[in-house]
Amino acid sequence: MSSHGIKDQVAIVGMGCTKFGEHWSKNADDLLIESTTQALNSAGVTKQDIDAYWVGTAMSGMSGMTVSRPLQLHNKPVTRVENFCATGSEALRNAAYAVASGAYDSALAVGVEKVKDSGYQGLVGAGKTPTDGTNRTLTAAAMFAMCAPAYGNRYGVGDDQMREVLARISWKNHYNGARNERAQFRKEVSMDTICGAPLMAGGLRVFDCSGVADGSAAAVLVRAEDAHQYTDRPLYVKALAFVAGNASGNADPDYDYTYFPEIEAAGRDAYAQAGVTDPRSQLAMAEVHDCFTPAELLIYEDLGFAERGSAWKEVLAGTFDLAGDLPVNPDGGLKSFGHPVGASGLRMFFETWLQLRGDAPEERRIAHADRGLALTHNLGGYPGEMVSFVGIVGNELG
Amino acid sequence: MQGILSAAGYVPYRRLDRGTITETFAAGGGRGTRAVAGYDEDTTSMGVEAARLALRAAPSGAHPRTLAFSTTTPAYLDKTNATAIHAALRLDTDVLAADFGGAIRSGLAALTAALHGPDPTLLVTADVRDGLPTSADEAAGGDGAAAILVGSDTDGPALATLAGEGHTTEEFIDRWRTPGDNRSKVWEERFGETKYVPLGEQAWNAALKSAELSADQVDQVIVTGAHARAIRSLTARLGVDKSKLADDLSGSVGFTGAAHPALLLAAALEQASPGQTIALVALADGADVLVFRTTDAVGTWKPARAVADQIAAGAPLSYGKFLTWRGVVTVEPPRRPEPDRISAAVTGRTEHFKYGFVGSKDRTSDALHLPPARVSRVGDAVDDMEPAPMADVPGTIAAFTIDRIAYSPSPPIVFAIVDFDGGGRLPIELTDVNADALQVGDRVEMTFRRLFTADGIHNYFWKARPFPAGAQGKEGSSA
Repeated sequence: MSSHGIKDQVAIVGMGCTKFGEHWSKNADDLLIESTTQALNSAGVTKQDIDAYWVGTAMSGMSGMTVSRPLQLHNKPVTRVENFCATGSEALRNAAYAVASGAYDSALAVGVEKVKDSGYQGLVGAGKTPTDGTNRTLTAAAMFAMCAPAYGNRYGVGDDQMREVLARISWKNHYNGARNERAQFRKEVSMDTICGAPLMAGGLRVFDCSGVADGSAAAVLVRAEDAHQYTDRPLYVKALAFVAGNASGNADPDYDYTYFPEIEAAGRDAYAQAGVTDPRSQLAMAEVHDCFTPAELLIYEDLGFAERGSAWKEVLAGTFDLAGDLPVNPDGGLKSFGHPVGASGLRMFFETWLQLRGDAPEERRIAHADRGLALTHNLGGYPGEMVSFVGIVGNELG
Repeated sequence: MQGILSAAGYVPYRRLDRGTITETFAAGGGRGTRAVAGYDEDTTSMGVEAARLALRAAPSGAHPRTLAFSTTTPAYLDKTNATAIHAALRLDTDVLAADFGGAIRSGLAALTAALHGPDPTLLVTADVRDGLPTSADEAAGGDGAAAILVGSDTDGPALATLAGEGHTTEEFIDRWRTPGDNRSKVWEERFGETKYVPLGEQAWNAALKSAELSADQVDQVIVTGAHARAIRSLTARLGVDKSKLADDLSGSVGFTGAAHPALLLAAALEQASPGQTIALVALADGADVLVFRTTDAVGTWKPARAVADQIAAGAPLSYGKFLTWRGVVTVEPPRRPEPDRISAAVTGRTEHFKYGFVGSKDRTSDALHLPPARVSRVGDAVDDMEPAPMADVPGTIAAFTIDRIAYSPSPPIVFAIVDFDGGGRLPIELTDVNADALQVGDRVEMTFRRLFTADGIHNYFWKARPFPAGAQGKEGSSA
């Protein structure tokens, strides 16, 4: 396999992101009009200036007309993509490749999801594919819940200690989200509250689960050499890696639910594309897919932020806090920013856009923006069968 | 000559203490317990479980040519229910599978027909017995299943052969249920008694005569039926010593309707010695008496899972849960969508996995695939797999979780990653489980269940359940 990547060939020159939350009064059209308008304004262009569009949505629209109709695009190519909860990242990845190929001078990637119209708790899959009824019916929370005891057993972390570690991750993300005006949940939550919340699945409690929100985020991409025509502070795409797993974890008795091989592989590819050899010291920050607290714990190790078996100690030491050595989810993550499926991947890029350009509000500004590189990680699916995206952007060429 | 080659009962895991009915309503109930089908069980799924046990304990050369399924509470009308059992047992396509449905009497009638031969026949009977809260049927009824494999000398050694029989029939209104009703109604019981007792005596005497026996030569007598008063009266007139009367399981399982004669016969065979005479007397719209003579083979026969062991392995169920499972009381469901109906077309392509739990095994790497796959997850093999039947392969829990938010007819769902002995893994729902006592490393077996019903279509598939106490699965064993 060779993954050449498109390092420094494409730049992000404008971004937009709605507030995430329960938008009872807005539909998907309203949300994507809001995010794309912000992104176009931020790049100083109009909708007709953009050559091609990609829209990521898992369940809020079919076809490119999800965007062309509400935005009233005339004779534009619009592609709808879907890749589970990594849908938003997939929209940006494909738009970036289109620009890098030379096919277009500019492209806009937008992710949108309207999940709160279902009337149900949690995410409700859009899939209505006829089945034979033998497929699993349990929730994502239940699947991810299995990772915590598995990790604890393998590395000798007792139940109480693990409870504290997971709560600490949730606490951090709520702390960060409380400082983010776009986040769904803007309150700090005490460790006691987190540990005493109602059980959802396995050992996971309410505060171990990400917020379910409506929202949209968008990015304008152009060729890197054109970036300064739009902004003095572009972000350059350093790496875009994607792995669709073969779902063997739930068929292979050797898999033990203490790591996600799809994420490890995507990270390896992304680091190679970007030339990153020591993510812990080279990355200024990371946005990772904290759909459930055990996921964030395992991701630290899969992406090399911590040695295998040690991430839980780093969590307790505050390594990934806003003021820590490697801030993770400084915008609050899925936990407190909320998780509108198709928008989340682009929302992660939005935080790198704010932080690496120095635009993040002071109360949640990271300390190491000068490292110049930020990582986003976006997964879809379950332990044992998932897709994983890892992207890296930087504020300088080279 | 037709004989019984194998037999098994199936008693579901849950028990309702009849006293809890009395406590709740200050009426009804009584002493002892009744067996209760799981919320994910029906007569078809329980029939599968009984049939699996019977076939597991059958002579290796015995292959049924006919599958007869009898129940008063079929999962479907119009559509044959025996076909799902046929599929779960992975019987050949050219085996006839048909229902003998409707009346309590159909269970023993189907057994009698099978004994008249000539084909090797698997009789499967199952019932779920309902009644209105506080009714006699609610308390006295029980849920369960039984399967009896009948065949000739060429199919294998018989455990018992038919020595004689007697049958009487009369039309009278004692107990009835209109299709669509969820309960039966009964006439004033003394009227039925006046009908049943002479019918029973006539059949009994005819059976003894055809077996060339006197009453005192019978070693064990099983008397059963829905009419308790008539049973008591008849039993007193049979001329057999009380010590020869079999436990009719009314105190532990309850009366399992069409399944009960076969269930009691299976239980009797499990405890029988060679050379015994066993009489089975059943009252239902007449009387049926079958007299069996056990053979030497019964002395060495090893039942797959004795009825007595299953009764001992039960666990209590609250009356509230019982009423919920029976649909008498509807409780607040999780706020999650209910499942869509399954697709007949998709199911038509996956019958071997869905009903037979057959995976596939890569011939090169031995990698096991559940559900079966064409492309191996190991190596590059394509379409180089052999079928891997997994329904009787024990497994070990590698991880588990309790899902409090997923849809289930009886939340919460307990789900486990099950690693099967010899290879293969599947995340699968657990049932008949006490979640608080569950641990990684626990041993489980597969059981055929009804996952849900949507648009009237029942979704049958397999779940895993902890091995009952006393039947701990050993690595590499199937029982």
